[in-house]
Amino acid sequence: MRTFQRTFTYLVLLFLYIPMVVLAVASFNAGTDPAVWKGFTLHNYSELFADGVLLPMLLNSVIIAVLSSLIATVLGTAASIGMHDMKPRLRSMYMTVTNIPMTNPDIVTGVSLALLFAFAGTLLKMKSVLGFVTLLIAHITFSLPYIIMSVLPKLSQMDPDLQEAAMDLGCTPRQAFFKVVLHEIMPGVISGALMAFTMSLDDFVISYFVYGPKFVTLPVEIYNYTKKPLQPKIYALFTLLFMVILLVMIVMTMLEARDEKQQTQRRIAFRGGRNRKEVRG
Amino acid sequence: MIHTKRLATPYIVWMVLFTVVPLGIVFYYAFTDSITGQFTLENIIRIQSYMPIFIKSIWLALISTLVCLIIGYPVAYYIAQCPPSRQRLLYLLVMLPMCISFLLRTMAWVSLLDDTGIINRLIQAMGMKPLPLIRNNGAVILGMVYNYLPYMILPLYSVILKIDSRLIEAAQDLGCNSPQVFTKVIFPLSMPGVISGFTMVFVPAVSTFYISQKLGSSGTTLIGDVIESQFKAAYNPNLGAALSLILMVLVFICIGITRRVSGTEEVAMP
Amino acid sequence: MKRLCSLLLCAVLLVASLPVSASADGGSINVYNWGQYISDGSDGYIDVNKAFTEETGITVNYMTFDSNESMYTKLKTGGSTYDVIIPSDYMIAKLISEGMLEKLDFSNIPNYRYIDKAYRDQAYDPKNEYSVPYTWGTVGVIYNSKYVDEKDIGSWDLLWNPKYSGKILMFDNPRDAFAIGELKLGYSLNTEDRDDLRNASYELIQQKPLVQAYVMDQIFDKMEREEAWIAPYYAGDYLLMAEENPDLKFYFPEEGFNLFIDACCIPKGCQNKEGAEAYINFLCRPEISGENLDYLGYSTPISKAKDFMDPDISASEIAYPTEEMLANGQSFLNLSVEANHEMDALWLQVKTQGGVDAYAVWSMVALVVLLIAYLIFRKIRRKRRIAARCARWKTESRD
Repeated sequence: MRTFQRTFTYLVLLFLYIPMVVLAVASFNAGTDPAVWKGFTLHNYSELFADGVLLPMLLNSVIIAVLSSLIATVLGTAASIGMHDMKPRLRSMYMTVTNIPMTNPDIVTGVSLALLFAFAGTLLKMKSVLGFVTLLIAHITFSLPYIIMSVLPKLSQMDPDLQEAAMDLGCTPRQAFFKVVLHEIMPGVISGALMAFTMSLDDFVISYFVYGPKFVTLPVEIYNYTKKPLQPKIYALFTLLFMVILLVMIVMTMLEARDEKQQTQRRIAFRGGRNRKEVRG
Repeated sequence: MIHTKRLATPYIVWMVLFTVVPLGIVFYYAFTDSITGQFTLENIIRIQSYMPIFIKSIWLALISTLVCLIIGYPVAYYIAQCPPSRQRLLYLLVMLPMCISFLLRTMAWVSLLDDTGIINRLIQAMGMKPLPLIRNNGAVILGMVYNYLPYMILPLYSVILKIDSRLIEAAQDLGCNSPQVFTKVIFPLSMPGVISGFTMVFVPAVSTFYISQKLGSSGTTLIGDVIESQFKAAYNPNLGAALSLILMVLVFICIGITRRVSGTEEVAMP
Repeated sequence: MKRLCSLLLCAVLLVASLPVSASADGGSINVYNWGQYISDGSDGYIDVNKAFTEETGITVNYMTFDSNESMYTKLKTGGSTYDVIIPSDYMIAKLISEGMLEKLDFSNIPNYRYIDKAYRDQAYDPKNEYSVPYTWGTVGVIYNSKYVDEKDIGSWDLLWNPKYSGKILMFDNPRDAFAIGELKLGYSLNTEDRDDLRNASYELIQQKPLVQAYVMDQIFDKMEREEAWIAPYYAGDYLLMAEENPDLKFYFPEEGFNLFIDACCIPKGCQNKEGAEAYINFLCRPEISGENLDYLGYSTPISKAKDFMDPDISASEIAYPTEEMLANGQSFLNLSVEANHEMDALWLQVKTQGGVDAYAVWSMVALVVLLIAYLIFRKIRRKRRIAARCARWKTESRD
């Protein structure tokens, strides 16, 4: 059973990665058709760097992802703490609102925001509303529920006495909040922020409805590219991106693993100390 | 104490402004005429001619979600049983594809499955007849499963990880065999993950407009395609809004039914 | 944790300092053009936008659309403004009739004098106030001579030939698609008659099972890779495709074909009209037009520009058909609002037609029934269990 599960898992991973291998190989292909190998070349990469469009758009995507996930994290963490202290009825009302973008299809969210911005544009007599700000607003909006969903459980797992204990030990409420509560929910905040960042970086459907000519993100541009004849420099971009993400992820897990190891060591040391005390006592 | 409740105010203002109000505008558009701007039920009435498309979209999305569940469950279970370092690696490998443009990954499938694509070239090189791999429902389902599988695995994994192993041992002690342990203990306990995975796969799958355009035939027009065309090609936001409204309601109903059937209201996050 | 925060912070600071440096001194213009419709510096040809920026200091935000209709939708939906747009004839007439275009200041476009007489005073802009021709061209059938029998070619019927089922591509916009149906039936391209439109849509619905996909610029790719064998498309683009795959051939169908002019316009709400006019003027310079269209393969409305072109292109009968061949061409006129609406509705019907299998419907119904049955069953079971528990409790308490 176990071996079956293992082979199955690796088969599924293979399934997930085959298209990526195809794209990576295509990025070194001299021809434009990924299905026909016409020899090895780095031409696609040089073309990618010579092209002045794709890389700035990648930067645009990163800008939007960083800003939107940061703002959403701050807003969402604050909101979770507020919601945690609410009466159940009010909280469930807030949760309903939170659930709207989660269960709404992306396309509906995109369409509704597009209509809102167009409406706001006519109201404010502004002709070009769509652009950086609208993209940012849209990304924050769809990121917020993910932050709430990952912070709220951490808050309910937290021991409610902890904050009071901190205050008994002389913390001001503010200190107690920043030193204890925030510290306790940090893993949730971080995983929510990462989730928001990834979602924002890869979002196409919602961005597609709210982008303007002056600020285009990479996924939208890639969509525009897929409507044109194939240009292999896209594959080169993909391969580079893939490498960067892979590297970042590997480094992050390694750091995480190290931190964890340190923590267990500390815990063991701590426990050891306590045991000794007990013995002495 | 700090008045923490006030901390949620900016959030709720934001959400009302950017999710509730826009839905109100969708509602408004759905009930007005595209030319005169007056109240009309015509858009909603016109929708009945698109019912086959709704059915088709929901059907394909349901199948893909089920396939995702069947494939994703063993994987999530296996990952959750691994030692922590291996777990982290596998988790990463599952999550990594989510960071990369699904448009490009779908394009890669096109070049794999095309009549003149990689697989068919290999088949022909082996002296067999090429297979019709692309432009059918199967290809669309494949595309959906491929794109949304991680969204199924991750919540399942995080729920299975939290299952107390003592419960399983207790069940075994009380005389359950392995299938019974699974059906009576593990699966019911992982229900929140199943529901969350279901939502996270079904919702984007039912509303997709790219996968069907690339992998489907000229006959696999899904509801997402129609909505997109109303906003991007044919200028008729009113019909598009009406379609979005119906789609939204249908999705809510589908999710409601699953929560009802599974008997959980709780939802897990990856 | 701290590491991550400081990393993010650094990224934000870095990013915040960037957009400032992006704006150039001469302002910028938003250009909205067809995809694959300007020489962009590939294959050693001129990069028109770059050359323009180098000369004037005005940066070009270049965006593309894939059909007149999607461009119109984008303008109409609002939220973004463009300074130069390049739609086709009938769309220009529509935009003018809806008051969506600015009048051009021709004193800023001195190069207008190079435009040939034949491309002035067109029906879509009778007083030459709103538009300056960019290119003109024709629509015909592209086919792959390796797979398509020479006996089958010559008429639009090739697109309805079941022999090539699944290998036929079709336009993904209503006007061009309906035109083919109308030509096949012998109607005028500008018919507003409901029945005519309906009949044309029946033709398209009949064709649908044979169609591999409704696409626009993906035609390039699919034809070059031989994924598809037959496609109606613009003659200029055929010349580009034939360079990649010499098996591709082209013909003008005998029933007639569409003849179009695409022209530069400035939409209302533009934010840099002078910059836009400078851009239009730049495009009309004979050497720019020549080098640009040398790459594109579309036909130039400026005879002088032919001096700057590869003689192979300027002598090509596909890019520049003879008078006699052109006599068979028809231009699009703007249709009435009602006819446009009717066409849009019919087109949506064509696109959404068919493809629903009876088994899907029945399975859905069966699924719903099963679910309801399960829910009822569960409710009954729960009630019974509670009743049993109550009964047990009663007997126990009696003891």
